[in-house]
Amino acid sequence: MGMESKAAIKDKSMVIQKDMLAGLFHELSTAKETGKKVVYTFVPGNLIELILSFDMLPVYPEINALQSGMRKKSASYIREAEKMGFSEDVCTYVKCDIGMMLNGNIGPTGEKLPPPDLLLLSYTGCFTFMKWFENLERLYPGVPVAMLHTPYQEDGHITQDQVQYMVKQLKDDVIPKMEKVSGKKFDQERLSRMMVNSAKAEDLLVKILESAKNKPSPIDAYFAGVYYIGPIFTAFRGTEEAVEYYTELYEEVMDRVRLGLGPVTPEGELKEEKFRLVVEGPPNWTNFREFWKIFYDAGAVIVASSYTKVGGVYDLGFRHDSGEPLESLAKYCMGCYTNMNLPQRVSLLADYVKDYRADGFLINSIKSCNSFSAGQLMIMREIEQRMEIPVGFIESDLVDPRYFSYANIKNRLESYFQMLEQRKIIIAQETNAVLS
Amino acid sequence: MNKYYLGVDLGSTTSKAVIINEHDEIIGRGITNTRANYAVAAEIAREEAVYNARFSILKKKLEGEIKANPHYKKYIDDLESVFQYEQFKVRLDKLGEELLKTCRTFFKDQGTQEMFLGHLRNIRKAFKPVIKYDYLYNNLGAKNQFFRDIVSEKYNEEVNKLELALFEPLMTIWDKSISPAENQLFTFDFRELIDKAMDELRVKYKNLPNTTTDRTSINFDAELNLLKGNFDHVSESLRTHIDEIKEIDFNITNMTGTGYGRALLPFPQDCIRSEILCHAFGAHAVFPKTRTVLDIGGQDTKAIQVDKYGLVTSFQMNDRCAAGCGRYLGYIADEMSISLNELGPMALKAEKEVTICSTCTVFAGAELRELTNLGEKREDILGGLHKAIIMRAMSLLARSGGVFNEFTFTGGVARNPAVIKYLSQLVRENYGDTIKINIHVDSIFMGALGGAMFARRNLNMDLPSGKKEELVLN
Repeated sequence: MGMESKAAIKDKSMVIQKDMLAGLFHELSTAKETGKKVVYTFVPGNLIELILSFDMLPVYPEINALQSGMRKKSASYIREAEKMGFSEDVCTYVKCDIGMMLNGNIGPTGEKLPPPDLLLLSYTGCFTFMKWFENLERLYPGVPVAMLHTPYQEDGHITQDQVQYMVKQLKDDVIPKMEKVSGKKFDQERLSRMMVNSAKAEDLLVKILESAKNKPSPIDAYFAGVYYIGPIFTAFRGTEEAVEYYTELYEEVMDRVRLGLGPVTPEGELKEEKFRLVVEGPPNWTNFREFWKIFYDAGAVIVASSYTKVGGVYDLGFRHDSGEPLESLAKYCMGCYTNMNLPQRVSLLADYVKDYRADGFLINSIKSCNSFSAGQLMIMREIEQRMEIPVGFIESDLVDPRYFSYANIKNRLESYFQMLEQRKIIIAQETNAVLS
Repeated sequence: MNKYYLGVDLGSTTSKAVIINEHDEIIGRGITNTRANYAVAAEIAREEAVYNARFSILKKKLEGEIKANPHYKKYIDDLESVFQYEQFKVRLDKLGEELLKTCRTFFKDQGTQEMFLGHLRNIRKAFKPVIKYDYLYNNLGAKNQFFRDIVSEKYNEEVNKLELALFEPLMTIWDKSISPAENQLFTFDFRELIDKAMDELRVKYKNLPNTTTDRTSINFDAELNLLKGNFDHVSESLRTHIDEIKEIDFNITNMTGTGYGRALLPFPQDCIRSEILCHAFGAHAVFPKTRTVLDIGGQDTKAIQVDKYGLVTSFQMNDRCAAGCGRYLGYIADEMSISLNELGPMALKAEKEVTICSTCTVFAGAELRELTNLGEKREDILGGLHKAIIMRAMSLLARSGGVFNEFTFTGGVARNPAVIKYLSQLVRENYGDTIKINIHVDSIFMGALGGAMFARRNLNMDLPSGKKEELVLN
């Protein structure tokens, strides 16, 4: 009986999430009829509560790109963009997105995405984002652009001046533009109310991700983690729905912990957790299943990852604060993972290795992504030296299938898993030697 | 009973097999070119290693006597070489058959067919004794000793002596015949083959004049001793020992398969291991202070960091591009119409290194022609090319964390003297003079050695019971 109800519970959070996303895309497809305004913006440092407080709808180009990647559509979109003159070296999210727009802007659910009413560049830590929006500006002439400049955490912390600088931009530029586009007055009360929900969902997300500290981990914090972060990192933070979803998911995960179960994979439950890994870098989307399979076939579970922190490193303590809504939007933007300086990233990852009792640290270096790739070799070396664990390095791409070489990646990962296995044997032998 | 362990490294260019004893000592080595049929390549390498192991055991048995009688060693070396020839001959006969067979199906016209059959028979007649001579008199030297390379060189020589019009058809016949001949597995009877080899050797020494030429040889004294009517005596006193090694029951207790083709080896899953780990383990075993390993193989370059146990802590590999690997050199050698083994020595003669910008194997060919047109000397271009390879390796090493003392260089490319020259130079320039650089004569076998060593340790560590069938070798 327990198993049956559990299977039903598992379905529930997935069903909720699927409905949420389908609902959003449907709303987007009918935006013109319903008169809802549409804001194009990015995941890292997104201002979703603010957008929703104006009753506008978000479109995340990089989410569309990754969805296209998973649905095997990115190759032709990229080709389309390259025909237009985009070089082979340009970020493939950009090319995939542009290609999709040139192809009628049909979204992941098959419904047409509406053109933007506002281009909101809320995070500038990725230089490509700026160039991306310059292109969108040309593709959608006349659409207003709001740019929120996000200072990088060069010194490893957020200063009050930086917060004020960002709040000023919100007040002077972003909010007025949103008022103009939406035709609504800024409602700070409403924004604050949403932030109460944001913080609730954030609390739950942290607990869900931290459940991976258990042995065995009840979740895969990377391959399944990317699904878990979906609602909160995109359109639903600040909503009741998000709180419901995370409450549900949290209960499911806690059930797994109670039952001592491992993560769920596409081929069922992982029976034996052999290796616990911390992974840095985004996943590959075009061959996501194949990629994941290499891991779960070897019994490798990702217990923590930096990628699930691109939309907020909530485990470091940040929560949206209804008491200071604009300030907390500013802090949120500056706090996302790719806005942290390299020493901060290293120490975060080192802590993950320690706190999540990881056996190894692996980097998936993405050809397209400068925000992630810059500094990765240094990060790897630092982790290797500080934590004295085997480190691995593989290379692929976000959504360009030409850069996913299954044989090479498999060969490397197999070698890496064998390294981890040997290490375990040696550690066991050393421990025995000490004990005897 | 003695226990032996086998490691097979199925690389992209060559397949290697190493047999070790319980003390991790290499007692058998086998190598062949990797071909479309991986299983055949692995089997040939393995068989060669087993034969070689028998000869090693023989030498080990006679260790004391060999010291006192250097001509014993000369005899055994000669015997092993002739033994190899005996196997070679069987394959050569197979090739002969294939050539005639291809010719018959290729030319429908009776007259043409007869003419080409005649040419093929003449070609065979011409190169067969040459090859035999090379084996019997150790003339193969530093040349590549794989069947395909040896015969194709001789075949080409003979074809080139004929009219130009015959070139195309004869080469087509060759292309169609070499693969079946190369992919055929033969079962040899060690006893039978060694008897044949002993007979062959007897004929050799009988026909040799009892004086020597003035050519100096390191085996001069030994040879002289064999010449001076001593042959039959040596042969007789060794026969009992040889008979003994013929009868050894050679049991491989455990084995490990590695290399690119490892998944295709007919080994149980738990006997398959990544070549990265094997190369590192082998290199560390031979040079126990190794902390950084560079392996340049046929189709990849690996920079590996290891710990005090020889276990890998991190590695970097090239996978976007082949420039900088063994195949790059092979391609350049083809472009220059020289043999792979001549490249390094020629590059050593460089007076300067021409800058080669290309990082692409295929484009390097074009660059090479362009530079030749501009009047650059071949040696200098080759010097530049070798340096370019090492520059790539240096960048990979940097990515992997740098070079730590001691540094061991492995893989087939470690045989190339120019590569060694530039590597030593650049490692010292970048990481200081104190870095000790290790290169072993068996560098190409490091992966197979590491595999064999894992096979030995597997038994102590985590051997799943009842999965492995004991492999009894003939």
